[in-house]
Amino acid sequence: MNIKLKIWRQKNAESKGAFVKYDFDGVSPEMSFLEMLDALNKKLIEEGDEPVAFDHDCREGICGTCGMYINGRPHGSVQGITTCHLSMRKFKNRATIYVEPWRAKPFPVIKDLIVDRSAFDKIMTAGGFISTNVGSAPDAHAIPVVKEKADIAFDSTICIGCGACVAACKNASAMLFLSAKVSQYALLPQGRVEAKERVQAMVLKMDELGFGNCTNTGACEAECPKNISLSNIARMNREFYKAKIT
Amino acid sequence: MRRFFGSSVTKKLVMALAGLFLIAFLIVHLTINLFLLSDDPDPFNKAAHFMASNPLIKIFEVVLMGGFLIHIIWGVILQIQNWIARPKRYKVTYPSQTSFFSKYMIYLGIIILIFLFLHFLNFYFVKLGLVEGDHENFYEMVYDLFKIPLYLIIYLVSFIILAFHLHHGFQSAFQTFGINHKKYTPVIKAIGLIYSLVVPAGFSIIPIIIYFFK
Repeated sequence: MNIKLKIWRQKNAESKGAFVKYDFDGVSPEMSFLEMLDALNKKLIEEGDEPVAFDHDCREGICGTCGMYINGRPHGSVQGITTCHLSMRKFKNRATIYVEPWRAKPFPVIKDLIVDRSAFDKIMTAGGFISTNVGSAPDAHAIPVVKEKADIAFDSTICIGCGACVAACKNASAMLFLSAKVSQYALLPQGRVEAKERVQAMVLKMDELGFGNCTNTGACEAECPKNISLSNIARMNREFYKAKIT
Repeated sequence: MRRFFGSSVTKKLVMALAGLFLIAFLIVHLTINLFLLSDDPDPFNKAAHFMASNPLIKIFEVVLMGGFLIHIIWGVILQIQNWIARPKRYKVTYPSQTSFFSKYMIYLGIIILIFLFLHFLNFYFVKLGLVEGDHENFYEMVYDLFKIPLYLIIYLVSFIILAFHLHHGFQSAFQTFGINHKKYTPVIKAIGLIYSLVVPAGFSIIPIIIYFFK
């Protein structure tokens, strides 16, 4: 198949950047989106051009490294998958595909489609952990956990921190990410110990880093490759109020 | 500045509380307005007089203005911060929002604010004595105003805009309070939908009846 790519090219954080058009022939529908970009890069290198810089790692949808804004949607048009799982057969022959990096003030572009997502790490460092004296592993059943809560906590844990929620949100808010991280601890007894400090520190850090405010549009939930639910945001709000009041 | 207006969660809470307060007030306002449909001007004028003179209402009036101001100021602050959070826009966007009107809350809000100012000019400022008018006969004032087609249209359009604003605002407030439940959230959304249809429709029906049938 033939596709017309319009890819955001930007030399470094300081340069302005612009869309560059690539007419790309010989794309196989079996390719994943990233494999298509690999093929494009091979072609660019052979022609003596600079290859397109993009983030990728596991290519199994579990690491959260890949992520680009494809035709106006993070990770492309298919719900519940990451860019590496996006198949080229989802595009029509001769389709024009716009590829942009995540756009948010706390996610500055490093090069082309790669953005600096260390803002998420800073949020995690602020409170996304439990303090414990590590020794040998405790017995799995030493602390009883209600099955339903463990399940919901697990559903929150599967957030891979790819940043699609920030990219999709019209306000560039990181609330869905943050709420998933707050929830995964808030629901378990081990996380309750520092629950109060955690939620406050993480919200404060998120605001400090310049993420936008949540306006409950639900775009994050709609675009999340791991289908993290908005109910996490409500839980995070509850945790925050609880921490402030008590 | 972020400190003064509170964290992102606090700001949303302030917006939601002020918003729900204004939502509650709309019901009071509509109830009084419905007296306008009576052919006898007395009930409405008496209600208007009560609202203008009762000392408790006077206190409530200050609280209400505070509610409006907070909702407007915090809303604008939130919006400006949200615009700053994405300095470079996307070339292509796809509307994936699950709550359609949420995307346009600030614009809907600004239109409602403009309407509010006109509405104050028409009625509230008259009551305060800032604009000339007959204090004692609000009933006739309303009837005179809604016989003008332009006002009828402005009021109707404003209430449609208000309906959109309320449709997102009502359910959004509960999410902000941390109320998100498998069973109850659909109920809240349904109540929000009914409210955002019935209340603006109630407000709209009055000028329509006055214009066409009185």
